[in-house]
Amino acid sequence: MKAIVTAVIAGAVFALGLAISGMTDPAKVTGFLDVTGAWDPSLAFVMVAAIAVHLPLVRLARQRKSPLFDRAFHWPTAHGIDAKLVGGAAIFGIGWGLSGYCPGPALTSLAAGGLPLLAFVVAMLAGLLVTRAIAKTS
Amino acid sequence: MLLSSVFRALAGGALIGLAASIALLGNGRIAGISGTLGRAFDTGDGRDFRVPFLIALISIGALAYAVAPSAFGVPLRSTPTLALAGLLVGVGTALGNGCTSGHGVCGLSRLSPRSLVAVMTFMLTGGLTVALVGARA
Repeated sequence: MKAIVTAVIAGAVFALGLAISGMTDPAKVTGFLDVTGAWDPSLAFVMVAAIAVHLPLVRLARQRKSPLFDRAFHWPTAHGIDAKLVGGAAIFGIGWGLSGYCPGPALTSLAAGGLPLLAFVVAMLAGLLVTRAIAKTS
Repeated sequence: MLLSSVFRALAGGALIGLAASIALLGNGRIAGISGTLGRAFDTGDGRDFRVPFLIALISIGALAYAVAPSAFGVPLRSTPTLALAGLLVGVGTALGNGCTSGHGVCGLSRLSPRSLVAVMTFMLTGGLTVALVGARA
């Protein structure tokens, strides 16, 4: 039960952070990526502040045997830099630049974005699920 | 670049870092949105984190839109283009194991070399795409 409460708080704070930061405005996101045009670098500060808060707390987590409400930390297990990582990130970047939406802001904006954003989210979910299913069988 | 944009970015970013820290210290989970969404239908104990996290993200987003609609821009492209973009984002983040949050916030905070490469790559192709198609329709 406590695990569900912290999950809800994390999701809620995440959504508020995205909405306040400007990440839920796709024009602002494409402006951030428009380095050769009318570049608006302000969104870089989203990542700066997020890492400034999260990095010391990751160090704290590393010193603990387990999180508060689970038996163990679920640290990522993938390692090494391969074509799948670089190719996947490259494909993601194209979709991000084309739309101005990455996954978090897309879900947070679901109520705001109407049919076009719903199409984005459905296609994103399909892409995630199908790719994961294929990766599992191969 | 407006000063107010920078303050909003810093405040919002700090909240995102706080949210990722609550997920990590409370649940032991990485608050990467693409990974959380891609595994939302998986069985096992991770559901206790993923499903409530995603429901809260979407519903607080809807609430924020009701209170402050100006924080949410409108989609810049047509529905078919957005569907294509969504597909690329889904396939790409599944292959690359993460997005702006998983690699950009959580991974860089762990000083993960994989995440650094991923962030540089998606920033580069995102920038090239905008240079090619324009920042708005």
